Amino acid sequence: MPGAIYAEGLVKTFGEVRALDGVDLDVPEGTVLGLLGPNGAGKTTAVRVLTTLLQPDSGRAVVAGIDVLKHPNEVRRSIGLSGQFAAVDEYLTGRENLQMVGQLYQMSGRDAKKRAVQLLERFNLSDAADRTAKTYSGGMRRRLDLAAALVVSPPVMFMDEPTTGLDPRNRQQLWEVIQELVAGGTTLLLTTQYLEEADHLAHDICVIDHGKVIARGTSDQLKARTGGERVEVVVHQPDQIEPARAVLATYGKGEISLAEHTRKLTVPVTGGAKLLAEVIRDLDSHGVEIDDIGLRRPTLDDVFISLTGHAAELERANGEGGSTRAAKGPKEDGQ
Amino acid sequence: MTATTDTAEELLPRSHRSGIGQSVADSLVVARRNLIRMARIPEMVIFGLIQPIMFVVLFTYVFGGSIKVGSTISSADYREFLMAGIFAQTVTFATAGAGAGIADDMHKGLIDRFRSLPMARGAVLTGRTLADLVQTALTLVVLAGVALIIGWRTHENLGKVLLGFLLLLLLGYAFSWIGALIGLVVRTPEAATSGGLIWLFPLTFISNAFVDANQMPTVLRHIAEWNPFSATVQACRELFGNLPPGFVTPDAWPMQHPILASVIWSVLIIVVFRTLAVRKYRSATA
Repeated sequence: MPGAIYAEGLVKTFGEVRALDGVDLDVPEGTVLGLLGPNGAGKTTAVRVLTTLLQPDSGRAVVAGIDVLKHPNEVRRSIGLSGQFAAVDEYLTGRENLQMVGQLYQMSGRDAKKRAVQLLERFNLSDAADRTAKTYSGGMRRRLDLAAALVVSPPVMFMDEPTTGLDPRNRQQLWEVIQELVAGGTTLLLTTQYLEEADHLAHDICVIDHGKVIARGTSDQLKARTGGERVEVVVHQPDQIEPARAVLATYGKGEISLAEHTRKLTVPVTGGAKLLAEVIRDLDSHGVEIDDIGLRRPTLDDVFISLTGHAAELERANGEGGSTRAAKGPKEDGQ
Repeated sequence: MTATTDTAEELLPRSHRSGIGQSVADSLVVARRNLIRMARIPEMVIFGLIQPIMFVVLFTYVFGGSIKVGSTISSADYREFLMAGIFAQTVTFATAGAGAGIADDMHKGLIDRFRSLPMARGAVLTGRTLADLVQTALTLVVLAGVALIIGWRTHENLGKVLLGFLLLLLLGYAFSWIGALIGLVVRTPEAATSGGLIWLFPLTFISNAFVDANQMPTVLRHIAEWNPFSATVQACRELFGNLPPGFVTPDAWPMQHPILASVIWSVLIIVVFRTLAVRKYRSATA
C-alpha cells in the first residue's frame, strides 16, 4: 500500500530545464520525509506538483490516498501547505488571516473564529492576534503561516523551506512545533537546504539534485554510505606533518589525507574516544606538538557534498584537492 | 493500488455546499478581505480620487472655454458635457487597482495559498473585482459631489440618473476583469499598474469622453463611435440630460442605442475576460 504521500516518475520541464526528472517518493503515514537539495534542485517544483499547484508533464502522485491529478480539489481538503514565503496578508490581523483561511476551507464563520483562537493560542500569537501581520517579526509571520496551514488539522502537511531566513532561536521554536505535529500523527514532507534540519526532523531523507533523487535512506544510512568516523589533527609546525603521519598510519583504517596550508591531517578510524586518547598520548610521546585534535563523525554535509559532487568544485577553489573533509571547512565556518 | 486509492476517496468528507453556493460564499470572503485592506490603506483610495478631480478642474477651467461641443463654445455647456466622460474614465481606472492587487498577491505567495485551498476556482478574482466595485462606487459618489460643487447639474428624473450610474458601475466592473487578467500575466504590482493604465489613455481619448466626436477626422470618428467606452458616455449624457445644445447624435448603431450598447459591451467584456482570467489563474505561478 502506498504511503500518505506517494509519487511515481514525476517529470516537469520548464523549457530546456528538467526541474523534475523522474522523481519517485513514498512517505509512510505519520513519518517525516526531508527533501534535501541545493537551490534549483527541484524541491519546490516537487512540492508544487504534490500540492496541486502545478501539473506535471508525466508521472503519478497520490496524497492522502487521493490521486492528485484526477481529484485535485479533494486533495486540497486533506493537505496543508506552508510555502517558501510566509503567505499571510500583511494588512489583515493574525486573527483575520486565520479566519479567512478557515472559511475558505469551507468552515462556518463561527467555527473559523473558534479555530483561529485555538491556533493563535497554540502558536503563541494571542497577544498579537489583533495587530496587522505587517507589524509581526519574521518568526511570528512564519508561525502565522504555519498556523494557516493547520487550520483543518490536515493529515498531510507540506513545508517548503520552513526555516529559511529565521534566526536560530526562531528556528528552534519552529522545530519544536513541527515535532509536536508529527507526534500527533501528521505526515510531513519538508524541503530544506539545511542538513542539520533534515537530520533533526526527518525519519527519511531524499537527496535531490538536478531533478533526480540521488540518494535516499535514514540519516544514519546515508552517513554510513559516506564512511565512519575520522580523527583530525592540526599540527603546530609544518615539519611535524611527517612524524604525525607516521603515528596516524598505525591507527588508521584508510588513506590519510592532508590539507597542507592548514597543517591538518585526517584519517578514517574505528574505536571512538578511547582510540582518540591513545592517539593523543602516542603523538605526545613522539614529540608532535598539536594545535587541535578531534574525532569527527560524518555530518549530512559530508553526505551531501560527496553525493552531489559539489565538493570537487570547492576543493579546486581551495587549492587543496583530494579530501572531501577538507572541502567542508569553509562551509562550516560560514554557518 | 488503484483500488485502495478509490476506497480512500469515498471516505473523505465532501463539501455540503453546492457549486454556486460555494462560489458566492468564497467570493464574499475574499471580497471582505480586500475591503479590509482598502480601509487600512486609505491612501490608495485617496490617490484614486485626486486624478479625476484634477481632470475635472483642468478640463473645465483650462479647456472648457475653447472646446466646441454641439453647436456652442461655452464653459457651462462643456462642464455638463464633460462630466459623463470623466465619470466613465474614472471607473475604468479600477483596471489598475485590480491588476496591481492581484499581481501583489501573486508576488507575496498568497495566490499559491489560495490555490492550495479547497475553494471555488474563480472566487479569488471575483472577490477582488467585487471589492473594486465598492471602491469605484465610493469614488463616483465623491466625484459627483465635487462636480455638483463646481456647477454640474442633471436635467432628468432620479431613476434615469441612477440608471446612468449603474451603467458606469457595470463598465467599471467589466474593466476590473481586464485588470485581473493583466495582474495574473505581468506578475509584479508595478508592471500591473502601468500595464493597466497605458492603454486606457488612447482608449478614453479616442472617444466622445472629452470632445464631441462629430468634430473628429473621419477615421477617428468611426473608432470613437464604436469604442465601448463611448457607448457608456453617450448613454450617461442622455440619462443625465447633459447633451449640449445643437448636438447631433451620430448615425452609428451604438450611438443611436447607447444604453443597450453599453450593457452589451460591458457584459461581453466580463464574459471574455473573466473566462481568460480564471483560466490563467488555474495555472498561475508566482
